[in-house]
Amino acid sequence: MSKGIELDCDVLVVGAGPAGIAACVSAAESGARVILIDDNPKPGGQIWRASIQDPANPKSHDNDAASWLRRLQACSARQLLSTRAVACLSEKCVLAENENGSIEIAFRHAILATGARELLLPFPGWTLPNVFAPGGLQALVKSGLPVHGKRVLVAGTGPLLLAVAAFLKSKGARIEGIYDQASWRRIIPFAMTLIKRPTLLVSALVYRASLFSSPLRYGWWPVSASGEDALRLVTLTNGIQTKTIACDMLACGFHLIPNTELQSAFACKLVEGKALVDEWQKTSVNGVFSVGESAGVGGLDLALIEGQIAGFAATGKEASARPLFPKRDALRKIAAAMDRAFAPRPELRDLVQKDTIVCRCEDVPWGKLRQHHSMRHARIYTRCGMGPCQGRVCGAALNFLTGWESGAKRPPIYPVQLSTLIREPQATPKEKP
Amino acid sequence: MPDLVKMTIDGAEVNVQAGATVAAAILMSRSGFRRSVHGELRGPVCGMGICFECRATVDGQPQQRTCQLHCKDGMVVNTDE
Repeated sequence: MSKGIELDCDVLVVGAGPAGIAACVSAAESGARVILIDDNPKPGGQIWRASIQDPANPKSHDNDAASWLRRLQACSARQLLSTRAVACLSEKCVLAENENGSIEIAFRHAILATGARELLLPFPGWTLPNVFAPGGLQALVKSGLPVHGKRVLVAGTGPLLLAVAAFLKSKGARIEGIYDQASWRRIIPFAMTLIKRPTLLVSALVYRASLFSSPLRYGWWPVSASGEDALRLVTLTNGIQTKTIACDMLACGFHLIPNTELQSAFACKLVEGKALVDEWQKTSVNGVFSVGESAGVGGLDLALIEGQIAGFAATGKEASARPLFPKRDALRKIAAAMDRAFAPRPELRDLVQKDTIVCRCEDVPWGKLRQHHSMRHARIYTRCGMGPCQGRVCGAALNFLTGWESGAKRPPIYPVQLSTLIREPQATPKEKP
Repeated sequence: MPDLVKMTIDGAEVNVQAGATVAAAILMSRSGFRRSVHGELRGPVCGMGICFECRATVDGQPQQRTCQLHCKDGMVVNTDE
């Protein structure tokens, strides 16, 4: 039985995306001993993921990225990358794992910046190889997958679609179209709210301009995808007409949902799928903060503000945090408008057929799920949500399809090595003098 | 000329740009990574360690999420074992 490594710190930050970096830098620059962990090999999260083809090519918002990443490297925080938080051993101690084994990290304050994932909704054919989440395809391309000459269809909903389509086109992909399920009736009021933040509107227009030769349609959604062992055709509808488009790849996702597994493990109160936080970004659990997308999807600028607020508040620098409140409020209004604009339409509930797989890990089809009345019931009878992703994909899909809540998560929140599970527990969690 | 790393994917030797993820390296030669519990072919989806569809055996260690692993010289990758 191995003892593993034990560390302690004033502030533990989980997640090295923009919110986590801002929290880490703010806390470390305030003099706290900070540990930052992230399951990716490099800091930056999804949005600041560097492209291996041009790692040193800063674009538009990446001035921000460069300056925050510089501050991160310059600050005193200890970074543990390729390291995943897997369980809470107590309110003041997290168990993490990396390729070298397990690590126990004791802390006075934890700032959880666990980000968001894309909402994936099932439709016939969504499990075929070459059907990706839009951000997922972008991440794969940035990490070396060539898409030159590939025919890519972009569908689903959310501001990410245009950004991903423009990125893929810049890498030589042929964008066969961008089909967002949101109707113009919802998009126009959202665009109006952006007039107060013209930079977002301008970047959307720049993306659109770069995609001049590809159709951009609102009020269209995918109904099925087909192919033998990989994707060949995608059928879309606007509720009246349908069309079928041949493509090599489909990038389809329905905006973002917060990652709250770790918050849930801490027993933080969640509301509407996000961590409930007060003005200092504190959750319902003493000493635990939640920032960025995990406390409500709101994008990069909001994540940076929330991260700083928590980083200051966790180190007794409330006076530095308070001036950031008005900007946070303004950005949250835009986030709320975005949620309304890109809310998935009810017609998307009708796409699943009896034999459409809903739980990808355990291959549970819709026909076996719909007779159940809760996620727990479905889990017991079908193994739905019991595979390695632990319901991260099907839980959110079923919440949309049926209204079922996933319920409390049991540790560990990721599959772990047995040696991590059987390690000798500490008699009592470490207390700071 | 970018740095290349030499690795083996399902018995075939391939050269991959340093810094690439194992998932990207596998996708260059095939779209399907694993068979689902009922035998359907599956490939990566989320690209960020959430969906677990890109699992493969890397250097003898099964069930690795290849979208979060960087390619290394001499790495041996087997899909769908």
